[in-house]
Amino acid sequence: MLFRLAWRNLWRNKNRTFITMASISSAVLLSVTLVSLQRGIFDNLIRNVVSFYTGYVQVHGKGYWKDQTLENCLPLTDSLLRSVQNIPGVAGVAPRLEAFSLASYGEATKGCMVVGIDPESENGVTHLKDKLISGDYLARGGSGLMVAEGLANTMGVRTGDTLVLLGQSMYGSTAAGKFVITGILRFGAPDLNQRLIYLDIGVARLMFDTGEGVTSLVVSPANESEFRALAARLQSSLTDVADVMTWEEKMPDIVQHIETDTASMYIISGVLYLLISFGIFSTLLMMLAERRREFGMLVALGMKRGILARLAVIESVLVAFLGAITGILISFPVVWYLEKHPIKAWGALRETFERLGFEAIFPTVLQADIFISQTAIVLTLALILAVYPAWHILRLNTVQAIRS
Amino acid sequence: MEKVVLDAHNVSKTYNEESAVPVQAVNNVHLHITEGEFTALVGPSGSGKTTLLNLLGGLDRPTSGQIIVGGVDITGLKENELINFRLHNIGFVFQSFNLIPVLTARENIEFIMLLQGASKTDREKRVNELLNAIGMPDKADARPGELSGGQQQRVAVARALASKPKFILADEPTANLDSASANNLLDMMIRLNQEENITFLFSTHDQRVIDRARRVVRLVDGKISEDSQ
Repeated sequence: MLFRLAWRNLWRNKNRTFITMASISSAVLLSVTLVSLQRGIFDNLIRNVVSFYTGYVQVHGKGYWKDQTLENCLPLTDSLLRSVQNIPGVAGVAPRLEAFSLASYGEATKGCMVVGIDPESENGVTHLKDKLISGDYLARGGSGLMVAEGLANTMGVRTGDTLVLLGQSMYGSTAAGKFVITGILRFGAPDLNQRLIYLDIGVARLMFDTGEGVTSLVVSPANESEFRALAARLQSSLTDVADVMTWEEKMPDIVQHIETDTASMYIISGVLYLLISFGIFSTLLMMLAERRREFGMLVALGMKRGILARLAVIESVLVAFLGAITGILISFPVVWYLEKHPIKAWGALRETFERLGFEAIFPTVLQADIFISQTAIVLTLALILAVYPAWHILRLNTVQAIRS
Repeated sequence: MEKVVLDAHNVSKTYNEESAVPVQAVNNVHLHITEGEFTALVGPSGSGKTTLLNLLGGLDRPTSGQIIVGGVDITGLKENELINFRLHNIGFVFQSFNLIPVLTARENIEFIMLLQGASKTDREKRVNELLNAIGMPDKADARPGELSGGQQQRVAVARALASKPKFILADEPTANLDSASANNLLDMMIRLNQEENITFLFSTHDQRVIDRARRVVRLVDGKISEDSQ
């Protein structure tokens, strides 16, 4: 009976109910779209950053991350590689051997990071081939090298030229070699673009005398959103032999940026919901003022105040629920559309994004939890706000209310 | 032997007791109502009619005195006990009808029985009886906004009767009605009183109503100045 009464009471003043619903649904639309957009932008940012170089998860030799020397490299046996590949949730594994060297061409000498890779598995994980701007991609077992565009420009080299690399082997002896440049790569991140040189991992192992050693295994997860769980599984199965790190542990500055931005979004959402609260509360105040005599009459007839207070709460929650559902129904196609057709950056912003190697787009993500959480927030607000009319009814003076 | 439904002893009500100018709305009233009475409480505006009705109906508490309804001293009841007592023992008819606008005539009458926890069968039977008694079976599904003032007040009387109360208190029931509607309502109330022995106590300053009351209690400055009994 209470629900039926509450439902009909909502439509006593259709305009007021529609206006309240419209304010709630607009705020839900705005909030859902903003949160979806923010999450979409972050996901895209992470995808970009991770696909550059780091990967979602990396496996290192024990102690390598703190002391990044070749002595701490990870001996990569076939059985170790297979056991990593066989862990559930692993989509691909790319071994790397990274070491600092000097690159020399003619009179030019420059410090660089030499990265030994398995060309195919590296491409599978970081899509390295997409960054090739001239020449050929490294062949497995090939004796050439690929150099980053910025470094190549600084040294004045191009494909077909020969670079001399001079470094230190795992045992402290000189590690040196002469390599023909087969390809030039372009990285968005200036830091990477100025210092990376890629060799085949077999060649790099010989040069740095690491035997089977690698400095890292870049692991790509089958499901990107489950990379933390994958890292935990890897760590538990490699406890004695390796350290496992997620991209978040390797790049805390990006995590901090996301956290700061998320906090800003909480503030924006908070302001939105404050506005919603005022909307709902003013409706409740109007409802109380209009129906004071009716409430008094109902108590006079024998309706317990507690039941009457419940009626007011149900009405408040109902209007909030209808507003929230309408907001969700409107925001669903908006978010879906912006996911399929992301907003494109323009002008200087677009140039900056592209220079850094990021996609110049702002996509949304269509995720159920965003819709559910926004609905839950609106309903919670309505419940909290409904405390006022309930309290008002509980202390209503029946005689004065009937006379009002 | 006549059955007493309402007994008020030395009932007084003073507003603003603590202030310099307290207002004595009801002053030492004794009133004795027996079953089947059709009593008009009359007096000029401000004489304390509505305040006395509110006290007798348990809507307000007297400053002093005792009010006994069906053997129960309602002045000693707690708020929730009083609400429950009203629900089962006292019917109210208000000047401005006060039907629930979103419920139909049938639902308005049924509402009280729902609060009482009556079964669906009992509710339906009683509602149909009452709709027939007020002569409005054809308006059962009309909402208050679709009814005239007189029809709304008849539904209000039916609602008051739905709980099978010991008596009905009506505060100026004809004040907002035109002559024809007021006469129809009075006819119906008198018929219910005579045929079903329903006890009515109503405040009024409408001479048409006073003329048809069997007992007239006159109130002046909160005191009973005249009782036709």
